Amino acid sequence: MLAIVFKWIIFLIASLFAIFSAVMMVTRRNPVHSALWLVVTFISLAVLYFLLNATFIAISQVIVYAGAIMMLFLFVIMLIHLEREPEDIGRLGAFKILAIVLTLLLFIEVALGVYYYEVGTLKPGSIPYGDAKSVGSLLYTKYFFPFEIASILLLIGIVGAVVLAKRRKG
Amino acid sequence: MVELSYNLYLLLSAILFTIGAIGVITRRNGIIIFMCIELMLNSANLAFISATGIHKSLEGMIFVFFIMTVAAAEAAVGLAIFVMIFRLKGTISIDQMNLLRG
Repeated sequence: MLAIVFKWIIFLIASLFAIFSAVMMVTRRNPVHSALWLVVTFISLAVLYFLLNATFIAISQVIVYAGAIMMLFLFVIMLIHLEREPEDIGRLGAFKILAIVLTLLLFIEVALGVYYYEVGTLKPGSIPYGDAKSVGSLLYTKYFFPFEIASILLLIGIVGAVVLAKRRKG
Repeated sequence: MVELSYNLYLLLSAILFTIGAIGVITRRNGIIIFMCIELMLNSANLAFISATGIHKSLEGMIFVFFIMTVAAAEAAVGLAIFVMIFRLKGTISIDQMNLLRG
């Protein structure tokens, strides 16, 4: 009983934090503030992954997303002085309002689908425990070839970034 | 008290995806659009992790692992492209990105 209440409290706090910081991320004018609110979203999503027994994914969420990717974003924002760039966020044209309405319709559709989708509740012990051992043993046996392909993709990403950002002479 | 349902996780995933999509539509700053795309990828990750619990199998976590790999490569290349566009045009607003227009 106590565990259920605890799970509810953690879920509510983490999900409200995620939604609030995502809204703040979209609405902030300064890109540095946006990036920092996105870090808050990533960390609260990591808390939700812990709640779903996905400990390995939660840790790599903090390391890869909140650590590596957002640091890259902040570096680029500060490198090209984006925080001083003016932007007209206030003006909403008819096209934008139509697009927002269509997106909200998509959300209502997905929410109805979720509402009528009969899935089970979270029973203790029924979730597979996704620690580094179980995920790694699946990754290195059944999904070994995609894993290697992913490493080649990362290598190509590094080479591509260096080639693109290199200052050309002449 | 009733137990926590997976539907709530899927609903949260849908909400985050919608916020990201609205951000992509309304913002004009290229890097903020890029961050909104990362948010949408994360909401898909949350749906995959809850599907791991629904189907009692670990394959969803493998998917999330590969999504993270692709997102890292995408961020590196995309930000390099933004730096290059900034050098070329002096701004990052997507209204100015009309080089390919005939």
